[in-house]
Amino acid sequence: MTATTAPEPTIAVPQILGRSHRKIGRAERILGPENYRILRGLLVTPTSIAGLVLITFFAIIAIAAPVIVPPKSAADPYKIPRDGFSPDPKPLMSAWERNAPDLPFWWKPIMKTDKWVHLMGTASGQYDIFYGVIWGTRTAFKVGILITLCALIIGITMGAVAAYYGRWVDMVLMRILDIFLTLPFLMAALILAAVLTPRIGRSTYPIMIALVAFGWMTYARLVRGDVLSVRERDYVMAAKVVGNTDRRILLKHILPNAIFPTFVLASMDIGTYVLSFAALSFLGIGVEPGYADWGQLLSFARNWIPDLAKFWYIVVYPGAALILFVLAWTLLGDALRDVLDPRLRGSR
Amino acid sequence: MTTYIIRRLLVLPILLLGVTLLIFGMLQALTPIERSALYIRDIPHNDAAVQGIIKRYGLDQPIYVQYWRWLVGQRDSQTGNWIGGVLRGDLGWSRVGAQPVISLIKQRFPATLELTLWSIVPIIFVGIWLGIQAAVHHNGIIDQVARVFSIIGYSFPSFVFGLLMLMLFYAKLRWFPPGRISDWAAAVISSGQFRSYTQLITIDGLLNGRLDISWDALKHMILPILTLSYISWASLLRVTRSSMLEALRQEYSTTARAKGLSERLVINRHVRPNAMIPAATLAGFQVIGLLGGVIITETVFTYPGIGFAAAQAAVQVDVVTVLGFALFNGAILILANLAVDVLYAFIDPRVRLS
Repeated sequence: MTATTAPEPTIAVPQILGRSHRKIGRAERILGPENYRILRGLLVTPTSIAGLVLITFFAIIAIAAPVIVPPKSAADPYKIPRDGFSPDPKPLMSAWERNAPDLPFWWKPIMKTDKWVHLMGTASGQYDIFYGVIWGTRTAFKVGILITLCALIIGITMGAVAAYYGRWVDMVLMRILDIFLTLPFLMAALILAAVLTPRIGRSTYPIMIALVAFGWMTYARLVRGDVLSVRERDYVMAAKVVGNTDRRILLKHILPNAIFPTFVLASMDIGTYVLSFAALSFLGIGVEPGYADWGQLLSFARNWIPDLAKFWYIVVYPGAALILFVLAWTLLGDALRDVLDPRLRGSR
Repeated sequence: MTTYIIRRLLVLPILLLGVTLLIFGMLQALTPIERSALYIRDIPHNDAAVQGIIKRYGLDQPIYVQYWRWLVGQRDSQTGNWIGGVLRGDLGWSRVGAQPVISLIKQRFPATLELTLWSIVPIIFVGIWLGIQAAVHHNGIIDQVARVFSIIGYSFPSFVFGLLMLMLFYAKLRWFPPGRISDWAAAVISSGQFRSYTQLITIDGLLNGRLDISWDALKHMILPILTLSYISWASLLRVTRSSMLEALRQEYSTTARAKGLSERLVINRHVRPNAMIPAATLAGFQVIGLLGGVIITETVFTYPGIGFAAAQAAVQVDVVTVLGFALFNGAILILANLAVDVLYAFIDPRVRLS
């Protein structure tokens, strides 16, 4: 973030005198010029707009999931309803025979029938794919946001403490960080999730904890670097002279000025975490069979590899949902890289 | 140069210590009796026997004692034999593989090695070539296509890509099957006439004069290679492209152009060698990283390498096995980093002088 919009040196004088020609809006005043530029950049770049549109689309699906396909039992909506137990997948538009859940409100007016069907077919074990894809969107958001948030909190704490106290605290924390980086991310997460599953039971938690445990390091490094640079600013010195405690200086003066880029960068990682979650779930770790999760749905395809030409819908629908979801975040992240470092515009 | 390598070698034990600490830490999530799989095959079911085993192998000792014993092994108080010790290569008993973890690794490693060797050419050369083309035609059509490709490549989960490949090339066309070798070929290999010199089927096939077997093995590897390649291309392309663009802007490029060299010579002689350094590093990491096993890709194609075995063990909660694989993986990565760093010093004089 060396070069900002690069104002001419001469403009600096009128700004100090309060006669800048550029109008400074309320948002800019609250966020500060640099953070404002990042946010604004994200809202005007075509790639990030495409990403935002896709994310909004998924968000609407996630929020409206109970309306699009009402759950069989409201207490456990993430359980995909099954139409029997036969291992053979059923094709698209085949009728619900057993245990049909309530009809969604939009079905009858459009199709003029009150027979509910498997819109996207069923996977082995007669799990309804349409239900899984729709509710899987909710799982994706839930998992992605929670993992990112937890990893971010740990990362910010570690990075800020290491940078602010420096010396041996920094040394120890950075060595711990190095240790966590010795194994490849997915391998490490796989192991931890496998170790945790028998301890805390099959749910989304083992994978989430594992991904957090091996995901915080990037943020710690970023925050540490930013805090190190902010720490030397005059206003921190001023706060110290006035007699503020370390904690107060760190929380009130340094962090608010240092974490914004890390925060934005981390939010782009939601896609990556959802991808890793789906990958582990695809391997058969973590969530119980029948949980509405894209990776889990895709893993049903593994039983039908020689017949995939016939049962293509087990792969294509959940796969497409996952790809588009991750693509949305990648687009946003791609735009963000340009905004954060205009020097590299178009070069990455 | 020598001092650089020595300095680098001195860091090695520290990194290895880090890996062992991490893995030992995760081992602590198991109960003492579950950890006894490090030393024995069958875990007994009655309480007295369980207590006996915990005592016998010191699984109730303070944690640093356990760590040390886990590293170097201990003398069995009853038989007097030296047992355990990951540094001795004793990684415990694999329930899933029904054999010691280390022999399971030995058994699976050739498959992973073979896949890695065959992936080198497509990953490195094609990836870097794509990046160079994108940079040379900066902002042109090739560049835009490359950018779109790399964004999609980043977002395309390898298992979805793999399943789609299988759907098309196996289920539909029956060209490239999953697994490592066809049944008929496996029968030939296990028969007395076929000598396994290297355990790498494609090479053994050549050495035995059985080209059909080499071809069969290769056919099984094409889809995994393709999957691994496209994942690497997405990032390799970006790095190559941006470092090429960076080098094109340097003053030495301007000088070369000012001398009157053709753009082609400028790129081939002055820009590319300098831009290759970061790209070569990344490519090196990516390829050597494959040696530790590629969990997802191997699992999708049921390719019997290290990664597939690790995933199977993880699903069946055979933690001792998974951690054994992780240790192996970590060691490979650390050695790979070392190798790449040393090579880096050869390519880039700035590194060894600093």
